[in-house]
Amino acid sequence: MMASSSQIEQGRSARRIDPKTLRASGLRRRPSHRGWWQGYFFILPTALGIGVFSLWPIFQTLYFSFTTWGAFGGHKWSGFANYRHAFADTELLQASINTLIYTGMALTSVPIAIVVAALLNRPGMKALTIYRTLYFLPVVTLPAAVALMWKLLYSGDYGVINWLLGLAGIDGPYWLSDPAMAIFAVGGVAVWSQVGYNMVILLAGMQTIPRDYYEAAEIDGAGGFRQFFWITVPLLTPSIFFVCVITVINAFQAFDLVYLMISPTNPALTKTETVVYLFYQRGFVENNGGYAAAIAFLLMVAILILTAIQFRLQKRWVHYG
Amino acid sequence: MDRLHTRRAAIRQTLATAAFVALGAVAAPAFADSDVTLSYAMWDQAQMPAMQQIISEFHQAHPHINVKIQLTPWSDYWTKLRTGATGGSAPDVFWMTVAYFKYYAAGGVLTQLDDLAKKDGLDMSVYVPAIRQAYQYDGKTFGIPKDVNSFGLFYNKTLFKAAGVPLPTNSWTWNDVVDAAKKLTDPTKGTYGIVAADADELTWYLTVPQAGGAVISADGKTSGYDDPNTIKGVQFWVDMVDKYHVSPNLQQTTDTDPLSLFTSGKVAMYYGGSWDPVAIAQVPDAKAFTGVVRLPKGDTSKFYSNGLANAIYVNTPHPQEAWEFVKFLSSKRANEIQSTTGTVIPAYQGQADNYIKGLPWLDAKVLIDQLPDAVPFPSSENTPVWRQFATKELANAWAGNESVADAAKKIADQMNAALANEQHGQ
Repeated sequence: MMASSSQIEQGRSARRIDPKTLRASGLRRRPSHRGWWQGYFFILPTALGIGVFSLWPIFQTLYFSFTTWGAFGGHKWSGFANYRHAFADTELLQASINTLIYTGMALTSVPIAIVVAALLNRPGMKALTIYRTLYFLPVVTLPAAVALMWKLLYSGDYGVINWLLGLAGIDGPYWLSDPAMAIFAVGGVAVWSQVGYNMVILLAGMQTIPRDYYEAAEIDGAGGFRQFFWITVPLLTPSIFFVCVITVINAFQAFDLVYLMISPTNPALTKTETVVYLFYQRGFVENNGGYAAAIAFLLMVAILILTAIQFRLQKRWVHYG
Repeated sequence: MDRLHTRRAAIRQTLATAAFVALGAVAAPAFADSDVTLSYAMWDQAQMPAMQQIISEFHQAHPHINVKIQLTPWSDYWTKLRTGATGGSAPDVFWMTVAYFKYYAAGGVLTQLDDLAKKDGLDMSVYVPAIRQAYQYDGKTFGIPKDVNSFGLFYNKTLFKAAGVPLPTNSWTWNDVVDAAKKLTDPTKGTYGIVAADADELTWYLTVPQAGGAVISADGKTSGYDDPNTIKGVQFWVDMVDKYHVSPNLQQTTDTDPLSLFTSGKVAMYYGGSWDPVAIAQVPDAKAFTGVVRLPKGDTSKFYSNGLANAIYVNTPHPQEAWEFVKFLSSKRANEIQSTTGTVIPAYQGQADNYIKGLPWLDAKVLIDQLPDAVPFPSSENTPVWRQFATKELANAWAGNESVADAAKKIADQMNAALANEQHGQ
């Protein structure tokens, strides 16, 4: 996914080395079928890990989504009951809407990250590492610490944000407990912590764009903005695409910030809880494992479909060099 | 839960009890020489020192039994315990709370303790009745009461004096609270008479029984939220916010927790629990201005009280030793030790002296004096499911978007559906 166009280009030119040279150096071997198992041997550790910790649980979840759980182990087949319940559950519908709003907000981190990355990628940029670290810091900070800090900033009566707004004569809202506001407050934090990750990937993508293009554009009289929109953005589309896919998947699985910032008695809870939060609530608080499995499976299907759509649409806007 | 499961649980229970009696009668001496290590699960860090002291005294009396504490924070405790019980590896002895008790008792995870108590002459009548009853399921005891919560009206002497309002007394009624709250509220200074939060245990769980209402019927099968008296008990709090405007609103109490509003001198009155004085004492100003009286009376003086119990895992490999330990935890001496922490009132009646002594700056005795008015905390087999309906739905009433009666009707409908599900196995 990360293989940028120029890397692929390098790979191709490597294969174009004169066969005679290869023969002389003894590098070329005849393909052998005797060692076929070696390949499998090398992928075995990863395959085992994915099999045991990802694939098997997926099938188990699918199975459990058709069952009703007893209190302590034991489950019985209940057909489509959980799915019927899911499609009639208004709280799940609200949680899905909330999740979509989060996803929309999270995607705004992509243009922000492109702009930040472009600024950091300017020639002669000093202290690049420091800026990169600063922007990446939220990504490696524990979500619990991030949530706690933002909770203090957002506090209605004693928070820094409302204090600053107060200086400007604005009476700030109760960011985290106003049902109309809370989802945007939490989503804002999600964007804040996602920008750094996206920026690092986009910056890496930008650094693979050959400088010649910019030089040529400069000679043709293109300014910074035209260079950005006609060279940087089009050649960055593979990275942008990757970042969009990852951002959507992450946003669909949003849980920690809501769990940490919105307490169970918060009046804004129904307007902020995500699908995964509801999954946790049903499965681990209310002990309804079968229904939680159905929610998890529906979520997986939704992510699969959305990602498939993204892959289909990318043909129209992603340029691979 | 399906019938098969219940029957299996019953069989497991019978076998365990039989094994117990057999062990007690025949095998106990044979085990006496070999060392046994019991695991003891709990969630409250603040009580660790007292628990460790209890364990060390227990170990002196029973040198062959070691006890290891497993401390898990509340938020993970129940997930971990349930997983352990499902996989057959739960701790030997663990803390239990009323809200989860019936779930575990019905699931056949807890050891039935009546026969053991009778055999060893453990007198169950010494424990606070509300807690003792709360740990009975189908008429059998599955947990020995550990502690009991009491509640009181905490007030800010400084704010009362500044407003020229006479200090609360132990004979106050609801009307006195409302009158004082009106006089104590001062919008120019941003101070309020009282704090009314959407927090069941610290608000309407205290006033609903006082109004003669109930959160859940005595048999645990129907909701009590649509009872006019229950609505009256909830209305008391909502009026503080929406009618009299003498309390911070729901958003304020969500952003800043009610206890902090009280200790920072923003509210003059706060209905608090017996665990709160320790936190209040950490704020020097608050320690100086705080006083406490009994809960102001409604039609009655009853209030819902939670309390913990010690329970034994039904499949513990060391049933005899676990019982010895629980017996010690339930003794007069152990209750004396645990009350020194100042966070808990022992469930063993008459052993609260250390709790009172630990709080010399407060008239903590009133919290003990009203314990006879405690009634068992509302619970059913799957309490968490419907408990959140109430907090969520009442948020609308708190915000003034819905009348308490309408919200209560919705809660009752949802809760009755959830309770009906419990009867038929989820």
